[in-house]
Amino acid sequence: MTDLTRLSAAELAETLTRREASSVEATRAHLDRIAAVDGDVHAFLHVSEDDALATAADVDARRAAGEELHPLAGVPIAVKDVVVTKGLPSTAGSKILEGWIPPYDATLVEKLRAAGLPILGKTNMDEFAMGSSTEHSAFGNTHNPWDLDRIPGGSGGGSAAAVAAFEAPLAIGTDTGGSIRQPGAVTGTVGVKPTYGGVSRYGLIAMASSLDQAGPVTRTVLDSALLHELIGGHDPRDSTSIPEPLPPLVEAARQGALGDLSGLKVGVVTQLQGEGYQPGVLARFHESLELLTKAGAEVVEVSCPSFDYALAAYYLIMPAEASSNLAKFDGMRFGLRVEPTDGPVTAERVMAATRGAGFGDEVKRRVVLGTYALSAGYYDAYYGSAQKVRTLIQRDFAAAFAQADVLVSPTAPTTAFKLGEKLDDPLAMYLNDVATIPANLAGVPGISVPNGLSDDGLPVGFQILAPAKADDRLYRVGAALESALESTWGAPLLSRAPELSPPGSPRFAAGTREDSETLG
Amino acid sequence: MSTISRDEVARVAALARIDLRDDEVDRLAGELDVIVDSIARVREVATPDVPATSHPLPLTNVFREDVPQPALPVADVLAAAPDAQDGRFAVPQILGEE
Repeated sequence: MTDLTRLSAAELAETLTRREASSVEATRAHLDRIAAVDGDVHAFLHVSEDDALATAADVDARRAAGEELHPLAGVPIAVKDVVVTKGLPSTAGSKILEGWIPPYDATLVEKLRAAGLPILGKTNMDEFAMGSSTEHSAFGNTHNPWDLDRIPGGSGGGSAAAVAAFEAPLAIGTDTGGSIRQPGAVTGTVGVKPTYGGVSRYGLIAMASSLDQAGPVTRTVLDSALLHELIGGHDPRDSTSIPEPLPPLVEAARQGALGDLSGLKVGVVTQLQGEGYQPGVLARFHESLELLTKAGAEVVEVSCPSFDYALAAYYLIMPAEASSNLAKFDGMRFGLRVEPTDGPVTAERVMAATRGAGFGDEVKRRVVLGTYALSAGYYDAYYGSAQKVRTLIQRDFAAAFAQADVLVSPTAPTTAFKLGEKLDDPLAMYLNDVATIPANLAGVPGISVPNGLSDDGLPVGFQILAPAKADDRLYRVGAALESALESTWGAPLLSRAPELSPPGSPRFAAGTREDSETLG
Repeated sequence: MSTISRDEVARVAALARIDLRDDEVDRLAGELDVIVDSIARVREVATPDVPATSHPLPLTNVFREDVPQPALPVADVLAAAPDAQDGRFAVPQILGEE
C-alpha cells in the first residue's frame, strides 16, 4: 500500500475521495510518523491524537453516508501554536501561556474544523513569533529535517519542519517579516504569505498587527492554493479583513502547472540580490530565471531603492506594535501569574513580576525596544519616521508593478545556518529577513518555492511577490516554476532529503550529510 | 559604547511593566543601540515631505449593526484564568497603600 504520508495533500484528498484509504488511516499514518521522527525534529509542541482521530472518524462516517464534503475533508493538518484552538493548548512558544487552553477557535481554525481537517497538533515557533530560527521558543528549538544540527527557519520552523519531515501534508503558518517564507526556503517546502487582510487574523496571538498574516505551509504549490482558498476570505470579526472574494487560486495553480507563461513580465529586484547572498543561492536563482524565460516569461530588472531601508523601518515598527499587543499578558485573565517576592502585592507589581518570569530574552528585548520607541518624546521621531519609509516602499512596489506582473528574488540570503550560530547576534539573525520584510511593510502577497540545493547540499527558496489582492499570480508563476524544476530534477526536491532515523536507532545528525545518506 | 544608559533601560522596563534582573538590564543596555542605528538609517529618507503610512492597504472604519452577540461561556473563560471568584476574574488589589 502507498505510504500515505508521502502523498501531497491534493493526492491524499483524491485517495480519500476515491475511498482507497480512510481519513482515520491517513491520520494514523501521520501520527505514527510523528511518533517515529518528532523526537529528533521537535516540530510539535502538542500532538492532539484523540481530537484528530475523532475528526477523521467523523469524516469517514459522513463520507460513507454519501454526504457532500469539502475537497480537503479528512486531510490532516498541523497548526502553528500562535493560532488559538479551542480545547487544545496554545502557548505561542511562551512560558507565559504554558498550559493555557483557549475558550475559542481562531476563524481560520473554525474553517479547518468545518471542512473536516483533522488537527494533528500545534507546531513549535519562536516565542510570540519573534525570531528566524525557532531558537527563541521557550520549549526548545526545532531541528531542520535536512540536517538536524541546523535551524528550520523561523518563526514558523515547526510548521515547515513538520511538512518537510512528512509529519503533516499541510500546516498553518503566520508571517510578520518572513516567518512563513524563510522557513519554507530553508526546509525545501512551499510557504505563502497572502495579501494583508486576505486571511482573518481573528484568533491569532498578535505580534505586529499591521504586518501579521496567516497562510499555508505545504510541499506543493497546488496544496498551498487549496489551503489558501479554504482559510481565506472576509471575516467580520477582523476589521482589517478584505471584503471582496479571493481570486481563483487553485485554478491559477493548475493553469500555471501547464507551463505557459507567455506574456508574463517578471521583475528582478536589483536590491534583493548580490552582496550578502550566498553564491549557491544566487546560482539557483539565475537558473530559475532561465526556466521562467523558457516558459515564455520576459525577465526585466526593476529597482526598489527604498528596500534598503526596509529592515531599519521594520525594526522600529515591529517592536512598537509588539510592545502594545503584548500588554495583554498582565497575569490577570489568562496564563501565568507570578507574585512579587517582596513589597506589596498590587496588580501593577504582579504584572511586572509575571512578565519578568514569563517572557524570554528576545521578547523582553523587543518589548523594551518598542516601549522606548513609543515613549513620550520619541513617538513621532521613531514610529512616525518608520511609517514614512513604509510609504516609500509602497511607492517602489507601485512603480515596480507598473513594469512587471510579479517581482522575484531569493527568499533568504543563505541556506539554513547551524543551531546556535547566530543566537548571540540579533542583527545577523535579522538579516535573514531582508528579502521578505518589504512585502509585509507594503501588505503585498509572497510565496517561496523550493528551487534547488546550494553548494552545501541544503535547500534554497525562490520568492515571488505580486500586487495586493493578486495572490493568484503567485500560484500561476509558482506552479510553472515548480513544474519546470521538477521535470529537470525528475522528482520533487524533498525526495533528496535524508531519511530520518527510526525510533531507537542512533541519531545521525552529528555527522555530515554524506554520512546521513549512507545511514539513510 | 552604548548610547542608551542602564538607567534609561531600567526606566523603560518599568514603563513596560517587566521586572528585569541586573544582568538583564546590563545586556539590554548594550543591545538597544540597534534602535538608535535604525532611526539614523530611517532618517536618511524619512523627510518632512513624505506622508506616513500606518497601514498596508487603504482602510475605512468598519461598522456592524448594534445587535447583541453571544459572548464566550463565562465558565470556559474563567477556567483558563489564574484566579476566579463568584463568576469573575479575581485580581490583586489595584492601588497601592498610599
